[in-house]
Amino acid sequence: MIFVGKKMVRRATTRILDGNHAAAQGAKLSRVQVIAAYPITPQSPVTETLSEFVEGGELDAQYIAVESEHSALAVCTSASMVGARTFTATSAHGLAYMHEMLHWAAGARLPVVLACVNRAIGAPWNVLNDQQDSISQRDTGWIQIYARNNQEILDSIIQAYKIAESVYVPVMVCYDGYILSHTEMPVDIPSQEDVDRFLPLYKPHTILDPANPKNYNLVTLANPRVNTEGVLCHGYMELRYLLQEALQNSRETITTVGREFGELFGRSYASMFWEDRLDDADIVIVAMGSLAMEAIVAADMLREAGNKVGVLGLRVFRPFPKSDVVQALEKSRLVVIFDKNISYGLEGATCSEIKSALYGSSINAVIRNFIVGLGGRDVKARELVDAVNKSLLSVKEGDLNKEYPEWICDI
Amino acid sequence: MKTNAVNMTEKEYLLPGSRTCPGCALSLAYRHILKALEGQVIVTVPASCLTVLHGMYPVTSVTAPCVNTPFASTAASATGLVAGLKALGKDGVTVLAIAGDGGTHDIGLQALSAAAERQNDFLYICYDNEGYMNTGNQRSGSTPLGALSGTTPILGKQQNQKDITAIMEAHGIPYVATANASYPLDLYEKVRKARTIRGTRFIHVFTPCSPGWSFPFSDTIRIGKLAVETGWVILYEVEDGIFRLTSASESIAKRDNLRPLREYLMEQGRFKNITEDQINELQGWVNARWKRCLDRAVNL
Repeated sequence: MIFVGKKMVRRATTRILDGNHAAAQGAKLSRVQVIAAYPITPQSPVTETLSEFVEGGELDAQYIAVESEHSALAVCTSASMVGARTFTATSAHGLAYMHEMLHWAAGARLPVVLACVNRAIGAPWNVLNDQQDSISQRDTGWIQIYARNNQEILDSIIQAYKIAESVYVPVMVCYDGYILSHTEMPVDIPSQEDVDRFLPLYKPHTILDPANPKNYNLVTLANPRVNTEGVLCHGYMELRYLLQEALQNSRETITTVGREFGELFGRSYASMFWEDRLDDADIVIVAMGSLAMEAIVAADMLREAGNKVGVLGLRVFRPFPKSDVVQALEKSRLVVIFDKNISYGLEGATCSEIKSALYGSSINAVIRNFIVGLGGRDVKARELVDAVNKSLLSVKEGDLNKEYPEWICDI
Repeated sequence: MKTNAVNMTEKEYLLPGSRTCPGCALSLAYRHILKALEGQVIVTVPASCLTVLHGMYPVTSVTAPCVNTPFASTAASATGLVAGLKALGKDGVTVLAIAGDGGTHDIGLQALSAAAERQNDFLYICYDNEGYMNTGNQRSGSTPLGALSGTTPILGKQQNQKDITAIMEAHGIPYVATANASYPLDLYEKVRKARTIRGTRFIHVFTPCSPGWSFPFSDTIRIGKLAVETGWVILYEVEDGIFRLTSASESIAKRDNLRPLREYLMEQGRFKNITEDQINELQGWVNARWKRCLDRAVNL
């Protein structure tokens, strides 16, 4: 036993794990009851590891080897409707194939947790990392959390259940394919007893039960409608309002759960983003996922050259932490945003979010957006440094905001 | 004991006042399906006429617990319900997946085939009105040769329907059967039997559609019976590989009095442009299938 703060915590085991095994461990420790998944590179080891846990008797769960991702999420939503804690994992095309069910799970307010191993989407085929897959699903009503390393994958999945089951919104835990999924690093695995203390059993808000028959997800008209007892019930529009409200309010739950996690396990997730040396920074690098780690290396290099550089590593993309971001960027005069995704015809998605957050604030920083790392293109800290230097130079020359993003590639 | 109108479960699970069209065979079939399951059921329904029958929030005409699920996902949803119940240690409830022919023959076939291959423990019922009737009558994989529809509006469909029950039987599941809304006792008994069997069970229920097929809505039962009397629908069950003709099809086989298919086709406006060649082709298809059934039946 060890003490963290004033709390007594049983010692965790440290193991060398890749991201996929960390995700599987996170699901196992969360005592998931129904798992349904379909193999896709680079997610497949998650499904294999969970199968091994179930067949080997280490995890008491139903494992359904479905024939498609659409079915994987359909199994999870229906199992959730009868009161089971459910888990699935996928990547890229699998997530795209799930699109309809992603909307359905959020619309039905089911606390499903999904691990998305971020991978590029075709055509042309590409199995390597970028974040176009999960970014393309941002408007499906899911909470999206991005991990920077394998410890965060495991921790985020456990927290995801607590968040999802508090606010009744599904949670997607995203991590970079290969860069994390297939890269081993030390991961603390908390004891089951401690996780049980943190994450109580799932208490469903909707249960299909013959003893109390209810019909769920019926055709719902736009306007409120009176039921047989004369009570005015929500229309479709009100149900959609409630989903938006749940996501808005989930910010508090996400940070509270992250703080509680920290108190118990010594690793706090009390903020929606990671801050590195923002206190005195007038130049801020923004990145999401593993790239936010690379950005810290770049900041080190830029600091050595005399620049006051900090890093804002986005952890939660939905709900987007607007006011917190504004506060964190208060001192900045240049914000350089690196996106591993592109909203074709505009710019990177996180760039748009940051710009939107800053609108109406007193911050008038120059914002530069670089599209990087698509389809597994390696992103080196040196390249981030060059991009920041290039931005600084052109700003000095009076070239402020650009209409479109710049790309770090050979065109 | 043979089921009759007197010893059938009295309780109703489908309340009067549903939103189905007049003369809807589905509402009749669904009424008897739910009776046979005596309330010990959880239903999953994709987009279909049955969605309409279930009503609009916050009012429903069905007293069985039900979840609506996207079109392609009926069998996967049923798998999830079964898995969830098992994980929670709840038993004694039948999971019923019930979809139309569009949701079964077409968009839902992949999920259904996979669930049957996994031997997931639920009852799947396809109610077949031979087209996308909920969206206003477009052709499906079950629309017959020569039938007019919204997407075969002038020439009629140029291909015949697929034999979904044979496809499901090929999965080696423990129980498949055909039924018809015009023979509710036969349907009721098959659902009762299917309820006691474990694994994936499949029942195909023929449900004539008055507006879609263009016949007077007072003729639903008659059209359904004519389908059996002419061999367009054959009532049978296959339990652990043993094939038995049932109800009217058994009697017709014993009396050898199958009527010409033309009599069935001519009653419906959807076949008004059918050609003589198409009628002959359909008759040949019916004859061949009827012979196969006679050869296989152990109860003749």
